[in-house]
Amino acid sequence: MTERGFFRWLRPWIFPAVLVAAFEWYARRASALGSDALAPPSAAAKAFIGAALDGSLWQATGFTLGTAALGLLLGAVLGIALGLVLGLSRRAAQLGSLSVEVLRPVPSVALIPLAMLTFGFGVRMELAIVAFATFWPLLVLVQSAVQQIEPRLLEVSRVLGLSARERAFKIVLPAIVPRLFVALRLGVAVALVVAVTVEIAANPNGMGYAMMIAQQSFDPALMLAWLGWIGVVGFAVNAGMLLLQRVVARRMGVQP
Amino acid sequence: MNDQSRVGPMNWLGSFAVLCALVALWWMASNGGWVSRVFLPTPQATFASLLDGLNLSGGSGNGELLAFTQATVGRMVQGWLLASLFGVLLGAAIGVSPAVRAWVQPTLEFIRPLPASALLPLAISIFGLNPGMVLFVVAFGAMWPVLLATVHGFAAVEPRLSEVARCLQMSRTAFVWKMGLPNAMPDILAGMRLALTIALIVAVVGEMIASQSGLGQAILLAARAFRASDLFAGIVLLGLIGFVSNALLALAEKRLLRWQQP
Repeated sequence: MTERGFFRWLRPWIFPAVLVAAFEWYARRASALGSDALAPPSAAAKAFIGAALDGSLWQATGFTLGTAALGLLLGAVLGIALGLVLGLSRRAAQLGSLSVEVLRPVPSVALIPLAMLTFGFGVRMELAIVAFATFWPLLVLVQSAVQQIEPRLLEVSRVLGLSARERAFKIVLPAIVPRLFVALRLGVAVALVVAVTVEIAANPNGMGYAMMIAQQSFDPALMLAWLGWIGVVGFAVNAGMLLLQRVVARRMGVQP
Repeated sequence: MNDQSRVGPMNWLGSFAVLCALVALWWMASNGGWVSRVFLPTPQATFASLLDGLNLSGGSGNGELLAFTQATVGRMVQGWLLASLFGVLLGAAIGVSPAVRAWVQPTLEFIRPLPASALLPLAISIFGLNPGMVLFVVAFGAMWPVLLATVHGFAAVEPRLSEVARCLQMSRTAFVWKMGLPNAMPDILAGMRLALTIALIVAVVGEMIASQSGLGQAILLAARAFRASDLFAGIVLLGLIGFVSNALLALAEKRLLRWQQP
């Protein structure tokens, strides 16, 4: 029985282990043939430890995560506010629908050159793009969450004569909390992807840039280390958000 | 939501007026000098660059943007088609067997949050800077939503349907064609829609980094040369590509899933 349990625990690791081993073999063969474009995973692990010890790993990770979080905060606050307005008033939703439909499909990366021109390199340009990218999904999800609130709750608020502000904070926001966290989880995933993308494409800071510069200076081991680390960070952040979403849903009495 | 059906011509006019008001705000902000024209060109300048670039202004245009748009759209559509094909094939192969799912799915879940553009440096060092490399990354990045949606669609086949298939002694291919794929179709189409968005983003990033001709490279160069109106024309075109492709796919989705509606 315990052997079975151990096997169950081991099973998810076997497939990636096979993949890594195959890559190790392939990269070793390639470098034996004189290519310096690839490095085996063992060298990447060594490079990773080096980056972790000299602190560059933590600094770049902190920059990316911090910028993504700030951008998400900005985009989420604006998106939730507008989503509340559009969700509560059908007229506002109809008036704004065409503008939202026209602006929403603009790919966030199309704004990279514009942000570069406006803000220069650094935190602010990345912040602006992350905020733009996270604004739309939050707007749409919050709007639909508000539209699906039990109508009786809104009737109660009307009977009680609550002002618009009281209605938003006392009735509507608590009612959409579980759905809000689903939207935020999506927002976190988007924010992280967009932050890394901006760094790869333009911004000379953070994890994406570190990876790009490792590639450009022919240090494939370090590049692979960054790729793996970006994957681990993304996975950890997403898993954490999933956990948070479940806890909130349980607290609010919703079965996931 | 059934209030969609009640949108009358008046409301449509109203939402059009709001959009016009936004453009008017842009016009005032740029013409009134509230925002420097280095960052924010006037709408008329943007429109002129657009006409010029698309060769619509009657001979004087260079038609550059038209070629760039074609390159970007081509890259996006090719990558998306490859992604859809391989996503469905691999997804069906993984999803059809619970044993394979148990072995492979944790790895897939791990790779899912990885930004597609993070693969660009790796792809550059393997394939070098060429159009095929960008296409590969576009296809690879856009494949994940389709792949995971297909696996999910197959995993969610009603157990009774699987029992029926076993009773009828259906072969595995028959099961895939007659039960698995139709059941996974809504998931697959939703995944393909997401994949199209990702394909456009990765195509643009790939063009920026790998200097492949296309809108991504065009807007980056326009920004570096402080040609703000060309930059905005490029952004408008990219928005248009996103809008049109999404609308087409939504239409296709509605038609393909008509059998599901009661």
